Amino acid sequence: MSTLEESSPSLVRGLLALTARELKKWLKDPVMLVMFILQPLIWMGFLGKSININALFSQHNISVPDLIPIPGSYLVPPLQGIVYVNGTLLQQFFSNVGSEVMRSTFGVADYFSYMAIGMISMIIVMTSTFSGVSIVWDRRLGFLDKVLSTPVPRTAIIFSKILNAILRAMFQSTVILMLAYILGLQLSPSFTLINILGVYAAISLVSIGLSSIFLAFSIRSTRMERPMQFISLITMPLMFASNTFFPINLMPGWLQIVVRANPLTYLTDAIRQLTIMQPNPLALAVDFIYLTAFAAILATVGIILSWKYLTE
Amino acid sequence: MVDEVIRADGLTKVFNKSLVAVDHISFSVKRGEIFGFLGPNGAGKTTTIKMLTTVLRPTEGRAFVMGYDIVKQASSVRKVIGVVPQEYTADEDLTGYENIMLCAALYGIPRDVARKRALELFDLVELTRFKDKRVETYSGGMRRRLELACGLINRPKIFFLDEPTLGLDVQTRVAIWDYIRRLKDEYDITIFMTTHYMEEADALCDRIAIIDYGKIVALDSPSNLKNTLGGDIITLAIKENIDVTEIIRSVENVKDVKYDGRVYRIKAESGEITAPLIIEALRRKGYTVTKLFLSKPTLDEVYLEYTGRSMRDTEESMESFIRHRITMRRARAR
Ligand SMILES: Nc1ncnc2c1ncn2[C@@H]1O[C@H](COP(=O)(O)OP(=O)(O)OP(=O)(O)O)[C@@H](O)[C@H]1O
Ligand SMILES: [Mg+2]
Repeated sequence: MSTLEESSPSLVRGLLALTARELKKWLKDPVMLVMFILQPLIWMGFLGKSININALFSQHNISVPDLIPIPGSYLVPPLQGIVYVNGTLLQQFFSNVGSEVMRSTFGVADYFSYMAIGMISMIIVMTSTFSGVSIVWDRRLGFLDKVLSTPVPRTAIIFSKILNAILRAMFQSTVILMLAYILGLQLSPSFTLINILGVYAAISLVSIGLSSIFLAFSIRSTRMERPMQFISLITMPLMFASNTFFPINLMPGWLQIVVRANPLTYLTDAIRQLTIMQPNPLALAVDFIYLTAFAAILATVGIILSWKYLTE
Repeated sequence: MVDEVIRADGLTKVFNKSLVAVDHISFSVKRGEIFGFLGPNGAGKTTTIKMLTTVLRPTEGRAFVMGYDIVKQASSVRKVIGVVPQEYTADEDLTGYENIMLCAALYGIPRDVARKRALELFDLVELTRFKDKRVETYSGGMRRRLELACGLINRPKIFFLDEPTLGLDVQTRVAIWDYIRRLKDEYDITIFMTTHYMEEADALCDRIAIIDYGKIVALDSPSNLKNTLGGDIITLAIKENIDVTEIIRSVENVKDVKYDGRVYRIKAESGEITAPLIIEALRRKGYTVTKLFLSKPTLDEVYLEYTGRSMRDTEESMESFIRHRITMRRARAR
């Protein structure tokens, strides 16, 4: 009977073993790995570099003659003759307006940096939701039932999905941030490596919330289709109804309400502040409070629902 | 010590409030025996195993495994059982060794103990050479052996095997039977298994419960079950157009003869000995046997006997169809 005593299933051991399994699987699947990196890279490359908002105003794009003739009557009706405006000065003026507009609306001097951080948010959403939904595969392949027949604590199964989401999201964000840096992302002068910890914290909060709610959502399904449709249904609006691509204050009022409720907005803002902007402590605090609340609520609901299902 | 290691009392599972997958079954499994559930697709075999292994909660009824209530003492049950599911659950991307160590971790077996056991088990199922290869590269038989090893890592008292040779070719199947017997002897365990192969139940099981539409229709040792069928079936035809039923009936060991105007269907014990006697008896009276066919009792015939109809072509649900396909594909890998 000694065998009975010696096996004492522990939450930590089970959690680590299950998480290690997923990470090993993931790392041994180079195709998926490359896809997950490539996708945001493509977005960054095409969208981030093609929508070059600065260039709209920049001097290289608008060819302006040195002197621009304007009929005097256009300016002040009784005035006769031609008034000459200095083209170079005008150009400079517009160029300054361009940078100013960029700065005041986007908060950074170039759109690529702005967009690259948005991509990090996108990848976090993808990774976290996928991680939750991957339970469907475990079920389908009989792995979940096998695990359920062992004495491993049920919470270990749930937490392994969440931990897996966090670790993957961190890894991918780090890779994307580095790639973006190589491609020309401009870190703010106030950026230090400590800020990265803040970035990881924000990422973890969103990962926890999304992976646990998606886990609960898909734990009953035996087919991948339904959760996948749901993911594609919500990820696009979630991204566009946020500050991922575009600043909030240029959006119509009704949309702003949606955007301000969207956790992605706070995630993206927090990461931007910690990397490419001069951080605003108050705004950063708001971001983190919102994200913490988001994570707490979704995780609680998600974990309870999943746990209920696993223990029936 | 308990001599009745599994006891089920009116165990029932109803899916979606209407599909009765397991219908009030009661049985008990004795210590040290190999007990088999034999039935066609959708009979409720897997559902029964899932209830006994605490994965599914019964809708009604109770069951005890090693004396523990499967619902109220589920965590105690889980510690004393080993399970090899119908599907191949080992991770393709991991090595055999990594897979077995994962199982060990789920049982909370200390690493050094687990390592020793794993090597011993690999030895037993003859996978030592392949333990550091990815499961992806394993053949169907090797995968099954790995699953068997994984299921024994916690030194269970009862081993549940759900269709252990599904999709394997005959040779591999026979080899797996051998491993199962060996494991049973080595570890002194009780085995509860399911199958829809009559030969498998026959080769391995001490007792068989025939399950159909979620109900146990017969429960006995394989030889007793076959005997109730009245032995083998000899089908023959003669050249002459005369009813010779009486001649055949007079041959020793012949139990029953049916003539449909064309062929005779003869139930007889030890068909391979009786058939020549019948031919001889007919020849002596001047009749010539033109065709003869000898068949051993099959699942179909056992079914026919106990359910009054031929084994139905169960319409598989899409889900179980896909699961089977996945299992079959992996079984046939390489
Ligand atoms: N989770 C489930 N939800 C709904 N119905 C189910 C579920 N699992 C099984 N069933 C149904 O219950 C019945 C019994 O299924 P079960 O898997 O126990 O059969 P089985 O005897 O193991 O057959 P097989 O040879 O296909 O493995 C089938 O009709 C099946 O479709
Ligand atoms: Mg089955």
